[in-house]
Amino acid sequence: MTVTVSMKVNGKPVSAQVEERTLLVTLIREQLRLTGTHVGCDTAQCGACTVHMNGKAIKSCSIVAMQAEGAEILTIEGVAKPDGTLHPMQAAFKEHHGLQCGFCTPGMVMNALDFAKSHPSPSEQEVRESLEGNLCRCTGYHNIVKSIMAGARTMAGSK
Amino acid sequence: MGASLIGARVERKEDYRFLTGSGQYTDDVALPGQTYAAFVRSPHAHAVVKKIDFQKAKNQEGVLAVYTGADLANAKVGGLPCGWLITDVNGQPMKEPPYPSLAQGKVRHVGERVAVVIAETLAQARDAAELVQVDYEVLPAVVDPKKASSSKPIHDIAPDNTCYVWALGDKAAVDAAFAQAAHVTKLDFVNNRLIPNAIEPRSANAVYSRASQDYTLYVASQNPHVERLLMTAFVLGLPESKVRVVAPDVGGGFGSKIYLYPEDVVVTWASKQLNRAVKWTAERSESFLSDAHGRDHVTTAELALDKDGKFLAMRVKTTANLGAYLSTFSSCIPTILYATLLAGQYTTPVIYCEVTSVFTNTAPVDAYRGAGRPEATYVVERLVETAAREMKLDPVEIRRRNFIRQFPYQTPVALCYDTGNYEATLDAALKMADVGNFNKRKEESAKRGKLRGLGYACYIEACGIAPSNVAGSLGARAGLFEAGEVRVHPTGTVTVFTGSHAHGQGHETTFAQVVADRLGLPMEAVEIVHGDTSKVLFGMGTYGSRSIAVGGTAIVKALDKIVAKGKKIAAHLLEASEADIEYDRGEFRVAGTDKKKMFGEVAFAAYVPHNYPLDKLEPGLNENAFYDPTNFTFPAGSYVCEVEIDRDTGATQVAAFTAVDDFGKIINPMIVEGQVHGGLTQGIGQALTEGCQYDDSGQLLTGSFADYCIPRAGDVPQFQLDTRETPCTHNPLGVKGCGEAGAIGAPAAVMNAITDALGVKDIPMPATAQTIWRSMQKAA
Repeated sequence: MTVTVSMKVNGKPVSAQVEERTLLVTLIREQLRLTGTHVGCDTAQCGACTVHMNGKAIKSCSIVAMQAEGAEILTIEGVAKPDGTLHPMQAAFKEHHGLQCGFCTPGMVMNALDFAKSHPSPSEQEVRESLEGNLCRCTGYHNIVKSIMAGARTMAGSK
Repeated sequence: MGASLIGARVERKEDYRFLTGSGQYTDDVALPGQTYAAFVRSPHAHAVVKKIDFQKAKNQEGVLAVYTGADLANAKVGGLPCGWLITDVNGQPMKEPPYPSLAQGKVRHVGERVAVVIAETLAQARDAAELVQVDYEVLPAVVDPKKASSSKPIHDIAPDNTCYVWALGDKAAVDAAFAQAAHVTKLDFVNNRLIPNAIEPRSANAVYSRASQDYTLYVASQNPHVERLLMTAFVLGLPESKVRVVAPDVGGGFGSKIYLYPEDVVVTWASKQLNRAVKWTAERSESFLSDAHGRDHVTTAELALDKDGKFLAMRVKTTANLGAYLSTFSSCIPTILYATLLAGQYTTPVIYCEVTSVFTNTAPVDAYRGAGRPEATYVVERLVETAAREMKLDPVEIRRRNFIRQFPYQTPVALCYDTGNYEATLDAALKMADVGNFNKRKEESAKRGKLRGLGYACYIEACGIAPSNVAGSLGARAGLFEAGEVRVHPTGTVTVFTGSHAHGQGHETTFAQVVADRLGLPMEAVEIVHGDTSKVLFGMGTYGSRSIAVGGTAIVKALDKIVAKGKKIAAHLLEASEADIEYDRGEFRVAGTDKKKMFGEVAFAAYVPHNYPLDKLEPGLNENAFYDPTNFTFPAGSYVCEVEIDRDTGATQVAAFTAVDDFGKIINPMIVEGQVHGGLTQGIGQALTEGCQYDDSGQLLTGSFADYCIPRAGDVPQFQLDTRETPCTHNPLGVKGCGEAGAIGAPAAVMNAITDALGVKDIPMPATAQTIWRSMQKAA
């Protein structure tokens, strides 16, 4: 049973045929071929699938594509500038070695971007709490926390 | 010339693609005409497979094939090989039961593959897999390694479920020393079973080309050449020259992606049957069931001391769980990589270790970050700290009394440590951790209703595996050298092909630092290529903290050859004799003069050989080297952990963690720190939050991230790190490796801190809130 869904992804209108049960992350990865959003688990714990839907960070494995009908979706591929310049949050991750294998990284960045909007100068504790829904096995979180603390401040400073 | 890149905190070349979502992990690969595989897995831990009825599944829309063990047997597909032959105490080879990729006759652990369904879409494959009907005759299962030998045989070849009984050391001398001891400390404990859970699940995508009669396999692997060798030589009977294995970006491994897995074999074989690309990616629940697990030892350990706390002897008896089948390196983890580290940092003169490795109806167990060394460090450091408490000695002082201070040091357990300075890392750690003020912090914690504890771990590990002849004499069926090729292009940029593989370790940056520094080039001029058997000459891959020590040295040796040839070319260009040419980071100079040629000029001359000694020298500038190390390397360090335990709930936080490590020379401190952070967090996970559990019928109870808790950001503190350097004596970079240290030392440090806080002798890992609460109730 297939349905048509339409939404905007990274600013571009898209339309696709999906099954009713097709997850948003599957639409993003398999049909739109935006493979920067990752699947790391099957119980919505790891956060590697995090995207923005209408400006808020959500786990794209936790909704079906139909639930994003008419929404504005931002994936990791839409974060850097069109000329390739990194967003300050991405740059902060690079400067502070906030990634190793890179698999959890898109989810970390997407979550951090939403968090930073309401936390222009977060404490270490606040950052750690904001990462409850994002698992990393490589970094031990130490440099991810540093990256987000720095990135949020840079974002706030450039407002 | 500029500052040296060695020791520089260079930002990573890899990061741009990962930060922008343009990495290419195996599941990102979509091949033309892609088909998808879904495996039918056993729901029983131990059963006879009586009948598989897949006709209904096969008839579903989009389904191209359903294969079972019978198909592989008919095609004469071999079982998965084990890469390390352990010889038992009677000089007999270990038991090696067959390991089929799809079950033949029996299933031996929950999650074992019984059939595979291949369809046009993943949804079709998964839906059809649910329609495969399997009739099982359920058999009794055993999961506890202590009960294995008295349980129903899992493999005909091992009627008591024992793979081998192995021992190392002088038992008579140890027993005699114990008889003379002033004090004996004894501990019984379990090194808890862990599930690696790299965030990228395993994935394999294979395609056969009828046109060129060759295969390409994309697979999330830590060692593509090893994967190819094992699969072609032992399983599928194919010429290696007809198989290309690509391990592209890989999202973490920690050991779990070393092995040749059944799924890799099945998709490769199936791609030829169907003449289509076949892709499989694990769902996380499949990872839990079928990735190789780690640890799972049951141990009785004893330390004999004299009245002054000097270690006289150590006696260890371990039962190690291998799981249902021998995974690729499983046999050597609880033996060669474990018992040989039982000297720790100490001069214990005699040690005896006996290991019984058994089969159980659980997932196969193999190397997981640390691979045998966390288990050994746990034995040693828990014994040492407990002995100190029992003998009312300061835990730091007891270590000082027993440190090895003269190098090289031949341990009584085969290994010879080249160099180290254990006192230096300990003193640095004590200072950095402000141990002197611990009691003040303890009082302050108490005011907040918390019990505060302090624990130490002084660990050592054997890394940079390994000298091939030594490994071979111990049973390794492979060489453990590494390969590197340096290709200088005509206009002076360089591509380096390394047999090492990066799945988070940043080799594209670190190795480029080594090469750029040596050749006097900017980082942008050096490209590091890994992970593709059609590009890279050969490699044994990345695990055991071997990449910088072994892979890096292979590259240095290739660079030596480049420079040697460069000197010949420069001598010709400078009309000097070769013996008068000096080389320093990009400059070839006639000694004692200012006549020089730059690296780029020499490179160009090699490819446009007009003013060139063609009668004596071939054109081109491309060299490779295979490096077989002459010893292991021995990173070591001192960890100090402080925990806070809630008096009411038992909930425990690591309040502070200080790590001072000696990794020899450090190429990129930023990357090294990251490795330690990650290792410490996995070690803390073992101590506090992670524990794989099967019930008695062999069902995996901890089958998702909801039940198996890998640490989250709130579970760990910011770490305090420092390093001391005693350069490795036997490789040109003086490096030792750093990837596993944190996972090796942290569990003992955390558990020493917890037992200190509670005032108990021992408490099992993981020390969850519930476990600690129960311990506190019992004590009350």
